Amino acid sequence: MTTTRALSSTTGVEITFVLVGLLTFGAAILTVTVRNLVHAALWLVVSLGGLAGCYLLLAAEFVAWVQVLIYVGAVAVLLLFGLMLTRAPIGRTTELDSGNRWAAAVVGLATAGVLVSVVGDAVRTTWFDPRQAVVNGTAKAVGSSLFRYWVLPFELLSVLLLAALVGAIVLSRRDVSADAEFAMDAADAETEAEA
Amino acid sequence: MHAIYPLTLAALLFAVGVYGVLARRNAVAVLMAIELLLNAVNLNLVTFSSLLRDQYGMGQVFTIFLITVAAAETGLGLAIVLLLYRNRGTAAIDDARELGEDGALGLKRVPPQADGDGNGNADAANTATATAARTPKAVTK
Amino acid sequence: MSTLALWIPLLPLLSAAALAAVSLSGRGRRTVPALAVLPIAAAAVLTFVVLVGHGTGAATESRIRYAATGGPELWLGARVDGLAALIAVLVGVVATAVQLYSVSYMAHEERYTSYSALISLFTAAMLVVVYSTDLLVLLVGWEVMGACSYFLIGHHWERPEARGASIKAFLVTKFGDVPFLLGILFLAHGAGTFRVQPILQHAIQQGGHGYTAAGAILLIGGVMGKSAQVPLQTWLPDAMAGPTPISALIHAATMVAAGVYVVARLYPVFLVTPAALWILAIAATLTTVTAALSAFAQRDLKRILAYSTVSQLALMVAALAAGGRDAAVFHLMSHGGFKALLFLGAGVIIHKAGTGDVDELNTQDLRRKLPVTFITMTIGLAALAGVPPFSGFFSKESIAGAAYDTATHSGPTKSLLGLTPPAGIGWLVLVATLLTGFLTAAYALRTWLMLFGPLERGWFRSAVELSQRQPQAPAPSGVSMAEAEAKAETEVAPPTAADAAAGSEWALEALVAESIREKTAAEVAAAADASASAEAAKATKAKTKVRTGPEAPRAELLPLVVLAAVTTVFGFAGLNLGWFASWLGDADGNAYHAKAAEAGKLIQPADAYHLGPGLLSILLALLALALGLGVVLVAARAKPGTDPNHVLGFLRKPAFLGFRADDLQDAVVVRPTQAAADAVGFLDTEVVDAYVRGSGHAARLLGEGLRRIQTGNVQLYLTGVLTGVVVIAAALGFGR
Repeated sequence: MTTTRALSSTTGVEITFVLVGLLTFGAAILTVTVRNLVHAALWLVVSLGGLAGCYLLLAAEFVAWVQVLIYVGAVAVLLLFGLMLTRAPIGRTTELDSGNRWAAAVVGLATAGVLVSVVGDAVRTTWFDPRQAVVNGTAKAVGSSLFRYWVLPFELLSVLLLAALVGAIVLSRRDVSADAEFAMDAADAETEAEA
Repeated sequence: MHAIYPLTLAALLFAVGVYGVLARRNAVAVLMAIELLLNAVNLNLVTFSSLLRDQYGMGQVFTIFLITVAAAETGLGLAIVLLLYRNRGTAAIDDARELGEDGALGLKRVPPQADGDGNGNADAANTATATAARTPKAVTK
Repeated sequence: MSTLALWIPLLPLLSAAALAAVSLSGRGRRTVPALAVLPIAAAAVLTFVVLVGHGTGAATESRIRYAATGGPELWLGARVDGLAALIAVLVGVVATAVQLYSVSYMAHEERYTSYSALISLFTAAMLVVVYSTDLLVLLVGWEVMGACSYFLIGHHWERPEARGASIKAFLVTKFGDVPFLLGILFLAHGAGTFRVQPILQHAIQQGGHGYTAAGAILLIGGVMGKSAQVPLQTWLPDAMAGPTPISALIHAATMVAAGVYVVARLYPVFLVTPAALWILAIAATLTTVTAALSAFAQRDLKRILAYSTVSQLALMVAALAAGGRDAAVFHLMSHGGFKALLFLGAGVIIHKAGTGDVDELNTQDLRRKLPVTFITMTIGLAALAGVPPFSGFFSKESIAGAAYDTATHSGPTKSLLGLTPPAGIGWLVLVATLLTGFLTAAYALRTWLMLFGPLERGWFRSAVELSQRQPQAPAPSGVSMAEAEAKAETEVAPPTAADAAAGSEWALEALVAESIREKTAAEVAAAADASASAEAAKATKAKTKVRTGPEAPRAELLPLVVLAAVTTVFGFAGLNLGWFASWLGDADGNAYHAKAAEAGKLIQPADAYHLGPGLLSILLALLALALGLGVVLVAARAKPGTDPNHVLGFLRKPAFLGFRADDLQDAVVVRPTQAAADAVGFLDTEVVDAYVRGSGHAARLLGEGLRRIQTGNVQLYLTGVLTGVVVIAAALGFGR
């Protein structure tokens, strides 16, 4: 299944992957650096879409479509709604980066250095053929393993989703109860006083 | 395909996510960075799924699970951000610093109001008595 | 007999326990005199039985192993040899006399019960010291005695000088007890056991080096402390702040004798260590002469007797140093008798006259008021002075004889050890003995004159002035009194240059007289209380503040008479050659036989056992006596109305102050100790505590610093967390 092969021998799939990967990476970088929040959200869409392409190249067909559907479709829209509801600045703004950014850059670079060097050290010459994995990535294969072997986590996940749904509604509603409202009002008053 | 390409991409995405989580002020932008982190993990899972091709399809199934969890997390996170915004009028997370110590670096606390809020003062007094209780000798000397 | 002796200390102990129970419960106070006197008297009788039963034989021992320690074992046991049996009798008799005397003397004191309990406990402890076969058990008794002494001296703890004196006595004796304990440990280490007999055998066989010599020298510390030798003699005069019976019991006859007793008990250990003998001799010589001078200069009757005690104890120690063990024990016993007599008589006088100041006593016609006391005190003072035929003469003469034998011996002697103390010690002790005999005679006569001197001669004060002063019960202030005294002196004798110089001394002494009055006030007040309660209760014979009517209760006079009788006849015990020695036994506990001594089979040379008077020593002793008496008589005639101690001249003031030994102790021990304590205190608060405080401050500063980064900014926290994670991951990833 897996063999080792020198890094210098490159296949067409790999070249494609690197190109898509560069797109993904670049979009990700833009996501966390651009000064326009809406642009950042859109770059996130690009990055997640590129990731779906990577999944395809890795022969995970079903996952790739799920990625497109959920992330690019749902999550991105959700984030844009979030931006809208919080009246985030639409245009360019300098307030997007906190004073922590240099420390963040150092930590991020260190993380990248550690992870890349460790991963590179571990799998320097590991090679596999994604075509052999195509059968594993079809909707049929994933569905059968999901419902054959992973039914219980699947059901648990549905409960989790329900809880998240309820939680999100509870958090978002204004009039949960009289007590909560009172507390919330008090908190509002405090916030306004501090502001 | 060499495993090092997708794995390196995942590592880099993760690092970018880390940077984003730490550097962005807006809570929604932080949530975006968290998505990057999760997706970096997803990429790892898919890569190893292709690489190992186990009998149970574990890698891809878990990717799907993770996507689901990430969606739920985003929903909840946005609800929290919304609440934050509703209460404070801003979604900048470094403005929410009520748990900071008095006199901490760069923390400018609003002076206590005359309307009896007195939070800052009470805090200071509490801190002082707590210190005194911990080091009674220092106080007596 | 040793089995019986094992149980004797239990009697006073039970008495103490019963009295303590009474004291704590507060009931049955009526039984206190019986509980106090009867067990002690029974114990005294039993000590006689032990003495007779022991006879002239060798030491016997019965013991119970108390604790197997893995090292030297501890034994509860009694070792009865002649020395122990004799001293036990002395202790029993004096303790009984004191308890009997206290029945009336102290009966109505508030704390009589605890007082008598402590006396009983003290007696038990002393009997333990006397009989014990194990040095550690001896040490227990020794320390219990010290504690009892502390409590009893501080009996009138309402008065500051009693508190001070008790603490002083305790600390000074404890100061000597530290080397004493070390000495015991050394001896025990050398011999491998704490038992007396093996230790003596070890010393006799191995000679005086190593542990034996070190132990002997260290033991001297305890001896100096308990027997009040230079430089630890200062506590004894101050201890007179205790009730008079206590002075008689503890500070004359028993406890202070314990030091001498221990030396006598472990005599071979000392005999084989010439260095220890030299130390003893020099300290004793210094002590005996200076204390005799001090006794000459004192005004308080009890202080005179206290200094006299110190001097006489030093005489015993000197005798021991000079090889006169038998003479020392002989003097110990005769001194125990007559000094207890003197103290008990002093108690009667103080109660009767309301003061212990001899200057005032001499105006009170005590000779007529207190006939029994007069006669018995006269006997006691005569014995103290060494007037034949009283016991003191014989015992002192025997000391002089022993010193003379040691001084003049030459060449190896026929004895088991084959050595006697160095001749130099003999000469030193001989001179000290004669000088002390001279001084003792002088101060004894002076005391007698001050107490019972003829009133019509206007001794010291004019009768007119006395009649003016007498009614004033509270004394005038010290200054005016000093003026009055100075005036009195100028009236009687024309002022000389020396007297003018002595003016300041008189002022000092006036203050002292004041203090004496205060000191005795407590006892007198107790007597007054006694009379008050007695009148209220039974309306018995009235005793006003200064007693009128009968001289003193029978219970107080009876011990006086008995002790006077003993003092009169006891000296003849030494007349017969070898008679006392055969009762006392040899220094290692074996029996004494004259033939064995002549053959050199005993520890000491034959001469050392002979107490019989020698012609030369009799002549010398009588000469010293006559000189002492003569000097005082001449001095009294030369300046009638003046204290005869003016013959001391420039020595009078230092002698009065005890040669400033207190100041010396203060400078050598107290102040350096305080300075050291200050230094330690400084080190503690400023150096050691600095670290403690520093750690506190450091933690505080660290906390302050860490507080600064608690900004409440979640991203900052997360940065820290992730940094840590990265560092750990890097360490794990690259660490190999």
